[in-house]
Amino acid sequence: MQKIMNWIDARFPLTALWESQWGKYVAPKNFNFWYYFGSLAAFVLVMQIVTGIILTMNYKPDAARAFESVEYIMRDVEWGWLIRYMHSTGASMFFIVVYLHMFRGLMYGSYRKPRELTWIFGCLIYLCLMAEAFFGYLLPWGQMSYWGAQVIVNLFATVPFIGEGLSQWIRGDYTISDITLNRFFAFHVAAVPLVLVGLVAAHLMALHETGSNNPDGIEIKQQPKDPNTGLPLDGIYSHPYYTYKDIVGVVVFLAVFSIIVFFVPDMGGYFLEANNYVPANPLQTPEHIAPVWYFTPYYAILRAVPSKLLPFLPATQFYGVMAMGAAVLIFFALPWLDRGKVKSIRYRGTLYKSWLAAFVISFLILGYLGVVPVTVWGQFKEGLPILGGADKATVVSRVLTVVYFLFFILMPWYTVRDKTKPVPQRVTWA
Amino acid sequence: MGMNRFALLLAALLAVGPGAALASGGADLRMEPAPVNRLDAASVQRGARNFVNYCLNCHSAKYMRYQRLTGLGIDSSMIEDNLMFASRKIGDPMTAAMTPVDAKAWFGTVPPDLSVEAHVRGSDWLYNYFLGFYRDDKSASGWNNLVFPNVAMPHVAWQLSGAGKLVETEFEDHEKALAGVIAVKGLAKLEPGKNGKWIMLTVQPDPDAPGTMTPVQYQSWVADLVNYLDYMAEPDRNKRISLGIMVLIYLGVLFAFAYALKRSYWKDLH
Repeated sequence: MQKIMNWIDARFPLTALWESQWGKYVAPKNFNFWYYFGSLAAFVLVMQIVTGIILTMNYKPDAARAFESVEYIMRDVEWGWLIRYMHSTGASMFFIVVYLHMFRGLMYGSYRKPRELTWIFGCLIYLCLMAEAFFGYLLPWGQMSYWGAQVIVNLFATVPFIGEGLSQWIRGDYTISDITLNRFFAFHVAAVPLVLVGLVAAHLMALHETGSNNPDGIEIKQQPKDPNTGLPLDGIYSHPYYTYKDIVGVVVFLAVFSIIVFFVPDMGGYFLEANNYVPANPLQTPEHIAPVWYFTPYYAILRAVPSKLLPFLPATQFYGVMAMGAAVLIFFALPWLDRGKVKSIRYRGTLYKSWLAAFVISFLILGYLGVVPVTVWGQFKEGLPILGGADKATVVSRVLTVVYFLFFILMPWYTVRDKTKPVPQRVTWA
Repeated sequence: MGMNRFALLLAALLAVGPGAALASGGADLRMEPAPVNRLDAASVQRGARNFVNYCLNCHSAKYMRYQRLTGLGIDSSMIEDNLMFASRKIGDPMTAAMTPVDAKAWFGTVPPDLSVEAHVRGSDWLYNYFLGFYRDDKSASGWNNLVFPNVAMPHVAWQLSGAGKLVETEFEDHEKALAGVIAVKGLAKLEPGKNGKWIMLTVQPDPDAPGTMTPVQYQSWVADLVNYLDYMAEPDRNKRISLGIMVLIYLGVLFAFAYALKRSYWKDLH
């Protein structure tokens, strides 16, 4: 065995690669619950690729046959139903895991110096994931697939001057059609996954260069070395410690995942929408078009911004589209917006904690409001000043959209003003 | 630690969210839960017979192969002799006898394929839909439906159920109307009437046009049919659920080992 490894290592740095990326990678020993979601995201990515490849063997990217090929997979392909439910559940679980992973970054300041590039690669992964989900959602060719894609592509039509041409260029047709389905298939199974896997590699390499943050936000590389092991005092090797810890995480995740796949694969219409069991019909617009749950916070922001934004500006939906884009892209700026003296929420003051709580609450309520029609909470009474007759849900989503952006825009101010606690030398270790 | 309070607040918010959606006005359809049972194989079998006899003339179920019915415990010869036209093969999908062109001419629309209709509508909707037909001279087919107003489909099983009639009951206010709906214990629709009054609409049997079945018999006939539609939307569902239980037991055992392994590595860390 050693002979074989020597032969390979003389020609390819296999041992060096393994040791730098995992085997001898030194991580803080105090990772908590929130640190499972990175490895889980990698696990879900692999699962999506494997199930996706099997689905591709039986799916037909053809407007006349796409819907029936999905039913063929569900009925006639051996274990096809399991592979398909794993893939559809995996899509939603990917977003749950990634949202929790990002929230971890927010709580413990994992985006701060020196991990800015890890964060930026992560944001790019998130963008790719959104593109991947969007392209993939058209493939079953149901009513929601079709009209969801129609709505999203039409957003590009709101761009001033070039919008019409731009949306036609994306579709390759005047409307969502067989041509669109073919190119979305190409993006979903080849282009985006390639970029995604490359970005994940970059994300991990950047992380393993700087070393991991931890719930205390302490840089373990700056600690004195343990004379016996030569490692930082609070550092341990990823292997075997985190290898076996993450396996426990994967098993628990698989249990949750299996409960959904085997008992509630539709998840009450949130993971697989009822209307998507109706084949796409370009002549019949569904009454209520809502994106899948993971896009709904941004969809709510889009709807919240009025097309008549200011009296002297021309009326256009483009303001909402810009707000929606900004809501996603603003994450990139986080490393430079946060000027706090400490990284972790454990040593931050009330100001940061309150803003983070306000942000999370806004994100969740916007997510809910993006699922339901704007009339869900009824209207304010006619005759009230300013609010009279307005949909309550629209007013609430406007307020929450402002809160969402203020979390970022005011960050340079409140992180400096915040009364922080002193950060200890050693990590918290019970 | 502040984190726990934070988690509580999140949990509270998540719980409140969907509940708030119920507060909306306007017409209100109260449906009876469908008495379906995915494990009642005899009921699904009877439903398959009802489906083939009453639905398949106009509606297709083109993603469902006749052969699949063997999964219900019906053997191939029985399917071929009783449930199929002689010209078809057992591996064929369930296509409709009526052509789309004829359908367009006769009903103004092509009846939808029913393979996955239970996914689209849900079994409660389907059950109440079949109980919601009533005589309506103003409509083209002579029928109307409380659950799906002005639907093009006539009441195909009227000889079994008899001709229902629409009954309007007026109530002083919304509260009394709601009490009226609860007393009905079945399908009912509430609509705002004039001067703050509320009208409850129900479908009642017409004593002048009884069917060959009693209302209770017809309800169980419909329940069988819905049970079958539910099965047909996902024939592997029972397998899925029983496999899921095995998978969870396996993961439980795997967890015990994985956790013990992790503990044994981590116990040396101080």
